[in-house]
Amino acid sequence: MEFPEDLRYSKEHEWVLVEGNVATVGITDYAQEQLGEIVHVELPEVGEKVSKEDAFGVVESVKTVSDVYAPVSGSVIEVNDDLPDNPELINEDPYGDGWMLKIEMSDPDELEELMTAEEYERYVAELKE
Amino acid sequence: MAELAHSPLYELHRAAGARFVEFAGWEMPLQYTKINQEHLAVRRAAGLFDVSHMGEIELCGPSAFATVQSLTTNDAQRLRNLEAQYSLLCLPTGGVVDDLLVYRLEDERFLLCVNAANTAKDLDWTRRHAYSDTVVRDASRDYALLALQGPKATDIFASLVGEDVRSVPRYGCCTVSIGGTRALCSRSGYTGEDGWELFCPWNDAPAVWNTLLAAGAPAGLVPAGLGARDTLRIEAGLPLYGHELDEHTTPVEAGLGWAVRCSKGAFLGSEVLCRQKQSGVERKLVGLVLTEPGIPRQGYDIMKNGKHIGVVTSGCKSPVLGTGIGLGYVASAEAWVGNTVQVHIRQHLVSANIVARPLVRPDV
Repeated sequence: MEFPEDLRYSKEHEWVLVEGNVATVGITDYAQEQLGEIVHVELPEVGEKVSKEDAFGVVESVKTVSDVYAPVSGSVIEVNDDLPDNPELINEDPYGDGWMLKIEMSDPDELEELMTAEEYERYVAELKE
Repeated sequence: MAELAHSPLYELHRAAGARFVEFAGWEMPLQYTKINQEHLAVRRAAGLFDVSHMGEIELCGPSAFATVQSLTTNDAQRLRNLEAQYSLLCLPTGGVVDDLLVYRLEDERFLLCVNAANTAKDLDWTRRHAYSDTVVRDASRDYALLALQGPKATDIFASLVGEDVRSVPRYGCCTVSIGGTRALCSRSGYTGEDGWELFCPWNDAPAVWNTLLAAGAPAGLVPAGLGARDTLRIEAGLPLYGHELDEHTTPVEAGLGWAVRCSKGAFLGSEVLCRQKQSGVERKLVGLVLTEPGIPRQGYDIMKNGKHIGVVTSGCKSPVLGTGIGLGYVASAEAWVGNTVQVHIRQHLVSANIVARPLVRPDV
């Protein structure tokens, strides 16, 4: 299971890649593995405001429906338009082609509350016990 | 949490890398590879399912036939020896205790194959209502149950046990030698495809499983888990207890009136069910195919022109159709094939057509 060093992680199993004031968000390798085959994705519209820890979208696997939570607050400036037709991208490449949306952050200080790769790996290990 | 029960094939499933799921107190394979892949293998070639968690109740004795007739809704008089029949156990209110297959093994010996989640309840119900000289026995740990399903199932089965089985009709049974043991087989299943269900002695199941897989592999046979079993039965429009059936739902509402035989005389639930067959019901089970993105799930509301007309009982993304499909109960006035309705999925109303069951037919 992968935990890329350059990302930050939330307790709800979202990852964040920070470039300037923009956060790219997706769900982690652990999350996609737990969900199983993802068959449906719902994303917000560009321009929508999201607040940290509020649900911004939904991923459905064959058996389950899960909310996806915003790890940071801000405005949605881009969503991954490939996902609605190819939701399996999240399983195949959760940290790459399976990205979900880009948020222009309104409060970059919120990043401090997220976990590092090392912390998240430990967090996942505890969940597995 | 109580210890989970395991099928005699558990170690084989583990070795095959299965992902497991808890179901009715059992730890059973959810999938071996991908649910979609296993699903499509069953539609195009064949899949092998371990459904050993299902319960078996044996009824023996001079009054076994009378007990079956008074407990179940279908007419056991139509069963010759070595035939099976889909039937239901109902409350006096008409609500469903369980749905099951009734096997007539001998004149005075029957086997009921019931849902794992209901085995204890069914045993209790059967014992309470059996005639005094019917012996009711829990045979659940005598038999492992394997289901070989798909358009290639009979070819694979015949290659192992002989060409004679090709002439066995749907719901017919036979006993065969396979994997060094004897198995009771019926031409039946829960996928909408041709196929076979094999009852074999509990401890012999690994040999039967391996024999079937080895013989079927060239034809495309793969092991398939409960994940694919569920999406297959939804495409086939088949009810699952706890979703389409429960103690507050009657077989007539579920479109199973054909398995309620009023001509046979009184049975548990007959008063209500036979009245419903004659005068109709207020809601009916329908198939749904979404015409917009989304997946209907149990509990979602079904709407028409802003009015609440029903509730979804099961749903998935159909691997064959590629769209969201489901089953649900709607008001009888709206329960017609071709009707356009909406499913309330989170904050959206998603359009759906009411379609005939099965939702997906074999050979598509």
